[in-house]
Amino acid sequence: MVSIEEYRSDAENQWCPGCPNFGILKALKTALVELAKQPEELCLVSGIGQAAKLPHYLKCNFFNGLHGRALPVATAISVVNPELTTIVVTGDGDCYGEGGNHFLHACRRNPNITLIVHNNQIYGLTKGQASPTTDPGDKTRLQVEGVALQPLQPLAIAILQGCPFVARGFAGDVAQLTALLKEAIRFNGFSYVDVIQPCITWGTHPVRWYKERIYRLPEEYDPSQKESALQKAAEWGDRIPTGVLYRAVTPPRIFGEYFRMKIYAGKLTELGFPPQRVIAELLAGFGTVKMHEKE
Amino acid sequence: MIDLTIVIAGAAGQGIQTIGAILARTASEAGYAVFSWQEYESRIRGGSNSYRIRVSDISLNAPRARADIFIALDSSSKAKYRPLLKPEGIMVDEQETGDYAITVPFVHIAEEEFGNKLVANTVAAGALAAALSLELESLSAVIAAEFAGKSEEIIAKNQAAAAAGYQRAKRECECVCPWELPKQEQRGYFIGGNEALALGAAAAGCRFIAAYPMTPSTGIITFLAKHKEQLQIFTEQAEDEIAAINFAIGASYAGVRAMTATSGGGFALMVEGISLAGMTETPVVIVLGQRPAPATGLPTRTEQADLLFAINAGHGEFPKLVLAPADPKDAFYKIVRAFNLAEKYQTPAIVLSDQFLADSNFTITDFALGALKNSSYRADPTQITEYKRYQLTETGRSPLLVPGESAHLVCCDSDEHDEAGHITEDLQLRNRMVEKRLKKWALLKQEIMPPEGYLLAEADRILLSWGSSRNAVFETVERLREQGMRVGALHFTELWPLPAFSFPKADSFCTVESNATAQLERLLQSEYGVTVQKRISRYDGLPLDADYIMEAVKQW
Repeated sequence: MVSIEEYRSDAENQWCPGCPNFGILKALKTALVELAKQPEELCLVSGIGQAAKLPHYLKCNFFNGLHGRALPVATAISVVNPELTTIVVTGDGDCYGEGGNHFLHACRRNPNITLIVHNNQIYGLTKGQASPTTDPGDKTRLQVEGVALQPLQPLAIAILQGCPFVARGFAGDVAQLTALLKEAIRFNGFSYVDVIQPCITWGTHPVRWYKERIYRLPEEYDPSQKESALQKAAEWGDRIPTGVLYRAVTPPRIFGEYFRMKIYAGKLTELGFPPQRVIAELLAGFGTVKMHEKE
Repeated sequence: MIDLTIVIAGAAGQGIQTIGAILARTASEAGYAVFSWQEYESRIRGGSNSYRIRVSDISLNAPRARADIFIALDSSSKAKYRPLLKPEGIMVDEQETGDYAITVPFVHIAEEEFGNKLVANTVAAGALAAALSLELESLSAVIAAEFAGKSEEIIAKNQAAAAAGYQRAKRECECVCPWELPKQEQRGYFIGGNEALALGAAAAGCRFIAAYPMTPSTGIITFLAKHKEQLQIFTEQAEDEIAAINFAIGASYAGVRAMTATSGGGFALMVEGISLAGMTETPVVIVLGQRPAPATGLPTRTEQADLLFAINAGHGEFPKLVLAPADPKDAFYKIVRAFNLAEKYQTPAIVLSDQFLADSNFTITDFALGALKNSSYRADPTQITEYKRYQLTETGRSPLLVPGESAHLVCCDSDEHDEAGHITEDLQLRNRMVEKRLKKWALLKQEIMPPEGYLLAEADRILLSWGSSRNAVFETVERLREQGMRVGALHFTELWPLPAFSFPKADSFCTVESNATAQLERLLQSEYGVTVQKRISRYDGLPLDADYIMEAVKQW
């Protein structure tokens, strides 16, 4: 059994005091404890932004890379070492803006990783510019006359692009978020959790605005149906649902499965250098007929 | 000495590659050193393209512009390439065209005798083989190999078509074709730059490649994908080049040797990732197959204009290796070296190729796999009590562990970081981390091989070149020496960091490069303070060849 204390990191936390990010960190740590994951079994991957600093705040292996680029890094880690529990921690600017193309293709690829997006509908670290999910009309320091672009619909996109596990959580509901993260991490395939995380410094809505609108999906909600999941994914404004919106009954093939089935079942790190015979055989293919005979 | 050049021209889709491949292989089987290169338009059908084959008794492995034998499959290609034919050269033509031409109506034979216009290629290949006096039996064997996987009927039909072209040309050739190519016992590998790079990467233990298709680099990942089961390598087509390099960096962080391959435009997108590899100290190998730029440029042609770009790629200051192989054999060993040094110094390594090297086939007679040196530079977790990914050491090299392999946590950050890998704003520590990375740079510099000198003794004029032009430059030196010019060459294949090296004394230096602004000259000037008197620059998208350099040298 792992205790939550074992995840304690000595790194100084740079988040604003009172930031809902702390709720997400708590939910993640609790989920990991409940799943009995050791720190060395974990690999967190992040890009840039306040959310992307999370890997520093719990004990784990991590790769804190470039803005928007966490998904390809994590996807590769998951195929090289399928035994690691690989989790991407990112924000709305990082994942939906700078890394939008990787988000689309990760949904298509279905790597066995978990994607947690801290969605605060704003760029915090650069001091308050619109993100792809900022509501139209919201005014910021840069979008002085209000956001004119239509907001991205990341959950609907994920469902349409084949992501087999799509959920929405709320940083203010740690109990539900812990359960969602546990389910996502346990899920075999690409599991994606968009977490509403109001920004208390630069956000265009106060925390209260979210609290008034967010509701848990009822127990009778069936996440296996794409059509109703798309409806729930598009629900935003007066009411915002949280919970597992979509969970595929027959998930697509996991990225790297072909390799493990046909080529090598274990970790790629076990392979080492190839026997010289294999290289010599292929090289012989470029030799003349006479050489084939001689070798 | 035998030294013949055959030019096969036609529109895309007409099958000049099939003719070229069959003929090159047949000459190769006869024991000759064959070199082939292609220049083609960026389109799927039409246009005018050529496949050039140089056949010699010893390996020359460089292009020659003028043709001894010429065949064109369409009239516009005939008009475009005919000026390449030497005055005493022979044209193989569908119709009778007079002296110094042999008539082989290959389209007519294909239609009349075989009822299929598509075998005209094979008829033409047979005619060319006859003109070179190659053996028909050997030609048939090569056709069987080239069409392997097709039905026996198709193979037999093509063999018969080749024989028809061969017999017809043999009669025509009497008293016209002066060449004899009796069988030789020479062994060799007929291999291209892309295949050699792919094979070298596999030999170096590369287990992961991600790439976005881009001419002329695509052949590397397609070769590895074709042989992935045998080589046990994971291959993935990325959504873009940014993803490709981040895939490779992720795979390397997770514990395997990993690479990507691209051309200039894709490399531009990867530059941010190169800096990431430098900062996180993640080994990664990037093949940059150059083609004429700026922007989309001439997608299917060659150039060496990304030298300074590669050397300077990536924001900030960090060690980086740039190697530029001279031919496929060199490419094989250089990419192995790139993987080893990238891992040893935990930093990105760039292998500079170009369309000429990527797409040309060379005859290599001395491929010795025994000379292959592979070493792992990853640390042993059982020897470490307290692990810090960026531990400050004498050499600047910190122990490189694999995440999940032990209880030690492997923490990497693109921000400036402390020894444990956590974000830092401690500016004293920042200085130490910069210095740590630069220590590796200084050590890497000591690993670099000096340039290759050629006939430098008593040379008062020296040609300076780099990368894939080596053989053309050395051939030029030989020809100039025959004319009595005291000339030598200094050829660079390891370009960054440049090694400590004392330049030979000479009256005059001349750079020879496939770019317009003499990038090597600028590099040598800044690193060694060398003054260059003459520049030879080629930037029309065609490779450097001895004829071209000889012409340009006249004004030296």
